[in-house]
Amino acid sequence: MTVWEFTAFVWILSTLAGFLGALTGLGGGVIVVPALTLALGVDIKYAIGASLVSVIATSSGAAAAYVREGFSNIRIGMFLEIATTIGAIIGAFLAGRFSTHALAIIFGLVLVQAAYQSFKSPPGDVLVESDALARRLRLASSYPVGGKKEGYGVRNVSAGFSIMFGAGALSGLLGIGSGAVKVIAMDRAMRIPFKVSTTTSNFMIGVTAAASAGLYLSRGFIDPRVAMPVMLGVLGGALLGAKVLVHAHVRTLRMVFAFVILALAIEMIASGITGRI
Amino acid sequence: MDDRRLETIIGRLLQTGVLLAAAVVAAGGALYLVQHYADHVNYRHFAAGGPAVQTLSGIIQSAAHLNSEGLMQIGLVLLILTPVARVMMAVVGFLLEKDRLYTVVSLIVLLILTFSLIHAT
Repeated sequence: MTVWEFTAFVWILSTLAGFLGALTGLGGGVIVVPALTLALGVDIKYAIGASLVSVIATSSGAAAAYVREGFSNIRIGMFLEIATTIGAIIGAFLAGRFSTHALAIIFGLVLVQAAYQSFKSPPGDVLVESDALARRLRLASSYPVGGKKEGYGVRNVSAGFSIMFGAGALSGLLGIGSGAVKVIAMDRAMRIPFKVSTTTSNFMIGVTAAASAGLYLSRGFIDPRVAMPVMLGVLGGALLGAKVLVHAHVRTLRMVFAFVILALAIEMIASGITGRI
Repeated sequence: MDDRRLETIIGRLLQTGVLLAAAVVAAGGALYLVQHYADHVNYRHFAAGGPAVQTLSGIIQSAAHLNSEGLMQIGLVLLILTPVARVMMAVVGFLLEKDRLYTVVSLIVLLILTFSLIHAT
């Protein structure tokens, strides 16, 4: 394959991944890494390096748009980032030690979880009361619902914090934003409203990824020849996706996306086991 | 200064940083394509690219010589620094809000990020 063909193909693919990733809240990485490794035979270490920088681009690039909507909660984000960044550093350390096959299999399993997560609907009821720890950390806030502000409480901070540590480790290990795991921590454990948890998670993803980026860089995982089209594509696609996100009804799309991810997951696991990756 | 205003400023800053980084990456990418478009590539087996793309000093040096890979990589480094800038802004913002707890929280996050980035120097 020539440089021109490779770059063009990767760019188009990444744009699509970024767009769908932003709409579904699962991020572009979950598509980009399998696509690069399975379709183009790129070593998974290059793929996760490129994915990691695109994750940062998406997170930082969409921040302004999300903030305008008033959903994200900077205190929750910052507090949980202590867990995700420590996790990310540990994950990035491990990424250098794991074999390519092992990484592919773990990646596949994470994809299965992300797909499964997409089929479940978020818990609907918003709790107003916070528990003691959340009150002490002043995590409760309000968000816009149909034009007016609605307050919400936060629960189970320590459970959320622990899950976030795991999310960070997966992010560092696999070069993804691990948005699906972050949503479990905030949505399910801490009972934060869905829109707040997805936008806060988007805000956190960049900081988490930056924590493993230094290690990735020093190991040579970030190869500019691969990362350039991935980053530019995912960023462009994600910015487009963020523009329509607030208006879009994403449930159906999420379902379709989940099936795609599931298929990729099976392929990743199979390739990892048979040694093709 | 309230949280909302703080977040708006941080959001803008991040967006500007990302666009700047993307512009540098795109410029380096254009140069790379012009110089190498017909080369054959194969990324099947991982091999680290050397100091010119792996260490900060190497990247800066390579970019200063207008090497296309160095330029792309320095754009990517700028990108990596945007979340770090975000955390720094949050530290300052919480200081201005006189919120001691969250000043400390954001300082801890900043410390962890610095620890990681030191690896690339």
